[in-house]
Amino acid sequence: MKPEALSESFARSFPSEVETLETPFEIPQYRVKPESLRVVLQFLKQQGYTMLLDIGGVDYHPKSPRFEVVYHLLDIQSNDRVRLRCSPQDEDPVVPSVADLWASAAPAEREVFDLFGVRFSGHPNLTRILMPDDWEGYPLRKDYPLRGPRDEVEAKFAAERNRYYAPKLAGDL
Amino acid sequence: MAKLDPSQLPLEHIDPRGYRVEESADDRMVISVGPHHPSTHGVLRLILELDGETVVDCVPEIGFLHTGIEKNAEALTWEQAITVIDRMDYLSPLSNNLAYVLAVEKLLGVEAPPRATYIRVLLMEIQRMASHLAWLGTTGLDLGAQSIFFYAFDMREGILDIFEEVAGARMNPSYIRIGGLAKDVPENFNAIVAEYLGKFPNRLADLEAILNDNPIFLDRIRRIGRISPEKAVAYGLTGPTLRACGIDYDVRKAFPYLNYAEFDFDVPVGTHGDVYDRYHVRMRELKESHKICCQALDRIPKGDWKIQDRKLTLPPKEEVRQSMESLIHHFKLVSYGIDVPVGEVYASVESPRGEIGYYVVSSGKNRPWRVRTRPPSFYHTFALPEMIQGELVADMVAVIATVDPVFGEVDR
Repeated sequence: MKPEALSESFARSFPSEVETLETPFEIPQYRVKPESLRVVLQFLKQQGYTMLLDIGGVDYHPKSPRFEVVYHLLDIQSNDRVRLRCSPQDEDPVVPSVADLWASAAPAEREVFDLFGVRFSGHPNLTRILMPDDWEGYPLRKDYPLRGPRDEVEAKFAAERNRYYAPKLAGDL
Repeated sequence: MAKLDPSQLPLEHIDPRGYRVEESADDRMVISVGPHHPSTHGVLRLILELDGETVVDCVPEIGFLHTGIEKNAEALTWEQAITVIDRMDYLSPLSNNLAYVLAVEKLLGVEAPPRATYIRVLLMEIQRMASHLAWLGTTGLDLGAQSIFFYAFDMREGILDIFEEVAGARMNPSYIRIGGLAKDVPENFNAIVAEYLGKFPNRLADLEAILNDNPIFLDRIRRIGRISPEKAVAYGLTGPTLRACGIDYDVRKAFPYLNYAEFDFDVPVGTHGDVYDRYHVRMRELKESHKICCQALDRIPKGDWKIQDRKLTLPPKEEVRQSMESLIHHFKLVSYGIDVPVGEVYASVESPRGEIGYYVVSSGKNRPWRVRTRPPSFYHTFALPEMIQGELVADMVAVIATVDPVFGEVDR
């Protein structure tokens, strides 16, 4: 489906749910509210976007809305890609799961949950995937220290820390 | 930080399926393959439920090689991040470099000069050959054809020697940089590449002679590990694994990057999506890559190998010794790096395993705000159960081998 046709059909079918963002680089992008995400993705799947390329998370802390879950879809017949961006609420972020629509969504959603703490309601097995099961905290959040919890413990020995990882070295020049 | 305890989640979040294998029926057996098992090609753990020799269920477990590369990249400057991103897909580091660099170049709105572009294409295809040769060797080893392993790795050695000559490093060259290359190729580049490419077809024919008509090998790879095209798309498979099912999706053709549109090459496609087809698609890809390399080698133009913009790429060392201005540029680039305009961009390339994409978010500073990788092997790993269920345990090895996951990329 071509980007123009897609924008039109969005405007027709989901006037209030989908917000069209500008397209600086090739892939048209849209912002979707979490509550209507499933309907929109289902619609896209019917329109020929049969492959869910990727689900990724972004943490815009300290901005609000803080989290963003980014979906990349591909129409494998006509080679068109589309990006959906969905911002759940800051406290206790929850996004509906699409694991039943695409098999590839299940592990990808687990990864976003693991690294950002965004929960996917209705996911069949929402457990940690990269980090150990008993890990505390969500490593890719911006308020998570680079070297993990030990960064906070060792803060008083700042001078002994590896210079390469000193958080503000490069930016302060 | 709000902490979430998985045990406190409502019950509907927890899959009884994930635990079913732990409490199996009496006549079934649960075994754990890996994470330290030679045929898992890295650190994959598969929990298999067996009925006799048949695999009834399979649950992949990953994360043993998680090194936080995406988190590290956020703490490094745009240019430094190349070196950690390099280490994701360690059998094909240049495709990581290229996808990331293309994303950053898109944000910056610049394009590498023609000489750099042709060299990038050439090296990418040589890299694909190296990666496929490593795959061929390990696959042969897994399936009992041991001599293939030595021949294929010997051939791969020749490519690593080229990389050593070009970039100084054999495994993680970090050679593709923002705005061009790390340095120009050496004077003898054309000669050594031409020599290697000249020898390649005959040596590959030798390997094919060992395998293609070998009845033992064919018996082991035919009609196993099938996946239907619909399932393959639903699981997000890309690259040779998808093309073996008959779908000719190749990023080089679908969304041409660099100047792939200029080159004459075919995209090999299979029909059944089984191990046999995946083997043949990869073997034919080796020849197609060789074709592209030969074309690119003749076309490399003279000229700049990086953008001559002192705010973006390092000035030549001789100039730094002479000119104050250049010294300042050099210092600024090395210590602070470059500011990249605000934006989000997705760039993908065809790596030997499939579509590797980078979703890069910039906040306008000298460090990436977020580098999200779309790792092809990650999705391939979670499609393994679909291919392994119903097969024999011995065939599991063949399936993993031809899907060719690289765990540096899966776990990042």
